[in-house]
Amino acid sequence: MTTETSSRSMGGAARRPMIELRGVTKTYPGGQTAVNNLSLDIDRGAITVLVGPSGCGKTTTMRMINRMVEPTSGAVLVDGEDIADRKASDLRRSMGYVMQSSGLMPHRTVLDNIATVPRLNGVPRKDARTRASELLEVVGLAPDLGRRYPAQLSGGQQQRVGVARALAADPPILLMDEPFSAVDPVVRQELQEELLRLQRDMAKTIVFVTHDIDEATILGDKVAVLNIGGVLAQYATPEEILRAPASDFVAGFVGRDRGFRHLSFQEGEGVRIHSIQTIEVDRLGDPDAAVTSPWTLAVDAGGRPQGWVPQNRRSAIRSAGDLVPGGSLYRRGDTLRRALDAALSAPSGLGVAVDDEGRVVGSVRAGEILELIEDARVSRGRANYNTAV
Amino acid sequence: MDYTSDNLFAQMGQWLVAPENWSGERGIPMRILEHLGYTGLTMLIALAVAVPIGLYVGHTGKGRVVIVSGIGILRALPTLGMVFLFVLLAGLGLLPPIWALVLLAVPPVLSGVYAGIASVNRDTVDAARAMGMSEAQILFRVEVPNGLPVILGGVRAAVLQVVATVAVVAYINLGGLGVFLVEGTQLRDYGRLFGGAVVIGVVAIAVDLLMALVQKFAVSPGLRAGRAPVRTQDSGRQKAVASAQGGTT
Repeated sequence: MTTETSSRSMGGAARRPMIELRGVTKTYPGGQTAVNNLSLDIDRGAITVLVGPSGCGKTTTMRMINRMVEPTSGAVLVDGEDIADRKASDLRRSMGYVMQSSGLMPHRTVLDNIATVPRLNGVPRKDARTRASELLEVVGLAPDLGRRYPAQLSGGQQQRVGVARALAADPPILLMDEPFSAVDPVVRQELQEELLRLQRDMAKTIVFVTHDIDEATILGDKVAVLNIGGVLAQYATPEEILRAPASDFVAGFVGRDRGFRHLSFQEGEGVRIHSIQTIEVDRLGDPDAAVTSPWTLAVDAGGRPQGWVPQNRRSAIRSAGDLVPGGSLYRRGDTLRRALDAALSAPSGLGVAVDDEGRVVGSVRAGEILELIEDARVSRGRANYNTAV
Repeated sequence: MDYTSDNLFAQMGQWLVAPENWSGERGIPMRILEHLGYTGLTMLIALAVAVPIGLYVGHTGKGRVVIVSGIGILRALPTLGMVFLFVLLAGLGLLPPIWALVLLAVPPVLSGVYAGIASVNRDTVDAARAMGMSEAQILFRVEVPNGLPVILGGVRAAVLQVVATVAVVAYINLGGLGVFLVEGTQLRDYGRLFGGAVVIGVVAIAVDLLMALVQKFAVSPGLRAGRAPVRTQDSGRQKAVASAQGGTT
């Protein structure tokens, strides 16, 4: 198996994986095989995403890690110990669990929901609640939400509480079963960013199940693509899965845009930033403030972009409300995907580049970004296949 | 008793306000106490029988078919007939008629407990198990509190039925408010007959209101139906994250 060879090649000095699946099979009484002889090493302190179509056994695989499902054969090791030897409820208390439908207990307040596992572990109510209100803040919720009941929260807030609850006993492992798939795309993106931000501080071992390959490549340090019947199709970094799918199944599952999505893994450092003509929004009303280039960028007093002024319509644009709205922003150091998107989404064809404070530093051009992309592809081709084309 | 009117309702009113009916061993207050005593005893036995079975079946899902058909059979039994049957089998005394009433109270309690537990969202139960709760903790800390509105609904229905039906024990000289119905019929004293019926009705309503009050305080505010979720502003950090992800020019 690929996983075994790769862990061997790292040598004996490599740290033992946090979770090891050893030839795990799950066959349901009806004879249906959900997971078939799966071996997988899950790295410590990293996010491992299990992704695949419905019926690929990804959720079953994850639920075998906390013994919500018992494998038919094979073993699951956590920290080198076979979990079959541990009491199921103790094992589960050592792993945070977040599910799609928040699973919060409707009869308990938000604070008491978060405090559930510490309370089970015998932490006094007062201490557990204090810790719970700290966690509310960690997941980005206002402290006064703690006294509410789950039914009084929005879907996104419920998922945040679900994450806080999973973190309450500070478990080394988090199991997340499609936690963000029931919220709208905007909230989903917020929650994904929050998870990555939290993970930078916490460095938990996270097993994340999703059917969304985009989510998998955004969140995963490693991604395991599973095929129908619980067969491992590829286990690699997201970058590698997008660049070099191991089979037609993976290529098909990753989808049509994989070439474009792969740009998310390419540093945009080399993108050339051109100077750009700007005009302050306050001076738009002044007819003497002329513009000299076809497209001029209007900025506020702090230098942040507000919109575009086309030269031939200069006289019609008197205030911020008359500006032509712009596209997405390219922050210096972002990926090539963001750079290209900024250039393509701007009405002027000039992607606006900003610094970390959001001030305009110049513009980027689609043509130059494409050249960079092509150069990178050619040098990758040389490195991987010894050919320039 | 001597009435000053031939009108049934006037006689009922006179009977209800006559001071001699409100005192002594055979007065209304004493009969109410007897009535409530039999109701309480019946409910205690019915709860002791039905609650454990309901919890077991609701939690495990085993034996559903048995209890559903069992409840159907119990509901079809005529209580008065059962009272006489048990008395014939076991003789006079307190318990034979009480058993007949227990058979009346068990079905609503059993179906309430079973349906209450079974109605709890399976995701909530799954999450509780995945967090490491034992089966007993899941049952008593998650399923019972969340099923409580339905469970108490079943108990309330049972209490109401029993309060209204306990009157039958008067047929075998055990007292209770049914005495006024039996005596009223035998003596053709319609003031007493209807007056007794009114008292039973008032007692039943009072007990039901009391149960409603219990239900109100026992059920978590988080479960009150029909309350629109309140949307609130997320905290500042969330907004900062959102705006950092890509504004527009």
